[in-house]
Amino acid sequence: MIEAIFNYEFLQNAFFSGILIGILAPLLGVFIVVRRLSLIADALSHVTLAGIAGSLYLSQSVPALAMLNPIYLGILASVSGSILIERLRRLYKHYEELAIPIIMSGGIGISAIFISLASGFSTDLMSYLFGSVSAVSRQDLWVVVGIAVVVIIFLLLFFKELFVLSFDEEYAKASGLPARWIHLLFMIVTALVIAASMRIVGILLVSSLMTLPVAAAMRLAKGFKQTIIYSIVFGEAAVLIGLVSAFYLDLAPGGTIVVTSIFILLLVILAKKVVFKMAAKQEEVAQ
Amino acid sequence: MKKSLIDIENLSFQYDYTQVLKNISFRVEEGDFLALLGPNGSGKSTLLKIILGLLKPMTGEIKLFGEPSATFKHREWIGYVSQKSNAFNSGFPATVQEVVKSGLTKKLGLFKRPGRDAKEKVLEALKAVGMEAFMNRNIGELSGGQQQRVFIARALVSEPRLLILDEPTVGIDHENVQSFYDMLVKLNREQGITMILVTHDVDTVSNRISHVACLNQTIHFHGYKNEFDTISQDALEAWYGHSVRKIH
Repeated sequence: MIEAIFNYEFLQNAFFSGILIGILAPLLGVFIVVRRLSLIADALSHVTLAGIAGSLYLSQSVPALAMLNPIYLGILASVSGSILIERLRRLYKHYEELAIPIIMSGGIGISAIFISLASGFSTDLMSYLFGSVSAVSRQDLWVVVGIAVVVIIFLLLFFKELFVLSFDEEYAKASGLPARWIHLLFMIVTALVIAASMRIVGILLVSSLMTLPVAAAMRLAKGFKQTIIYSIVFGEAAVLIGLVSAFYLDLAPGGTIVVTSIFILLLVILAKKVVFKMAAKQEEVAQ
Repeated sequence: MKKSLIDIENLSFQYDYTQVLKNISFRVEEGDFLALLGPNGSGKSTLLKIILGLLKPMTGEIKLFGEPSATFKHREWIGYVSQKSNAFNSGFPATVQEVVKSGLTKKLGLFKRPGRDAKEKVLEALKAVGMEAFMNRNIGELSGGQQQRVFIARALVSEPRLLILDEPTVGIDHENVQSFYDMLVKLNREQGITMILVTHDVDTVSNRISHVACLNQTIHFHGYKNEFDTISQDALEAWYGHSVRKIH
């Protein structure tokens, strides 16, 4: 496998993108989970699909756009979706979660129209839905690198503000932080990461890479920084194991990555239970 | 004359069609320990939110540290401790230390990260509320009273000159309430932090405060604690529209 990575550019693209996404998705995922925004990530990924489907249709029907990389329209759709969600959440102040089904069904509806216009599912589309080891281009990799740089800069600049905002929104506002702007930037960055991750895990499974490693990390970690570190370790492990097994078994990496994440999560839950029981027994013996 | 930290002139506020605050005027001076009393729905929380800049008044003027609230830049001078019940998600994965450190966010300003002295400040604030032994515990593992102390430490860490507490003892058992208030008195006397305390525990706070303000849509009384003690029971009942127990 390692030899293959040296020999094939498509494998290099997939693995380097995978390594970056294994860091980015769980890193932002921690904020998404603690802010209870997991469903928003799901809604955004479906909006991304609308952009991808639209782009695939355009490439098919407009010869001049035949070489257009769908990731760009995907990013555009995802970012617009994130801004729309925020608009809707402000409009329906007392029913904030309404924004999610509105945006999600909108995304799927538009996707369905473009997919049928483009006369059905193609292998290309399938690779966007469930990820692919072979379809990641060098251009895709560079887009992922660019997004990684944006996300890291954003977090370096706003980490402490995001923490306050996530922990206690009212307090953040009362201390005079520009909460609305930081939140909007966060949503846009989330949209970027979702668009970046879809090449590897697929649109339908992006949100799981943002939430499952965090779910496992929260069982073990003490404090916020530890939660982030564990999440990245679990996310990275899932991506690498998932990619390698997808390559050897010729499966969609989205599937293998998510199943690996679930496996890690179960393992962590079980391990913690066993440790608890052992500690309880030791206490009994001591008494 | 003592410096005035809050100056409110003719302030009114309404939610949709309900008038919540009417012609409120009052001032809080440096060093005061003010108890803001009033029945449920009297507008106490709304008034606090306006002072904190979370809501904008419809009419009237509000000055903080002598500056109009809208252009007031030093929100870190005002510490805020809200009711525990709506403050945060108790499953949040953060240690006590991380929570207290987050109180420095506004003071540090955008793009700056807490350095080594931040850690010392956090420890100092935790010591002031007697919680230094818990600094590495997760916030969700603590009892309600302990959590409130941590939130006070989070407010203290930015060295505020005014501390606003909105019914901070809701959900804390009686014994801990006493020591909690003692701690506030200590902060008021030793560090000179001005306090505004919204509370229902009139009995518990009455010998600890310097000033009282009675609010029910409008300010019915604002003055020294000993003046408040001379108000007749009938007057109180008239303001609040139901019976009020007065303690001396």
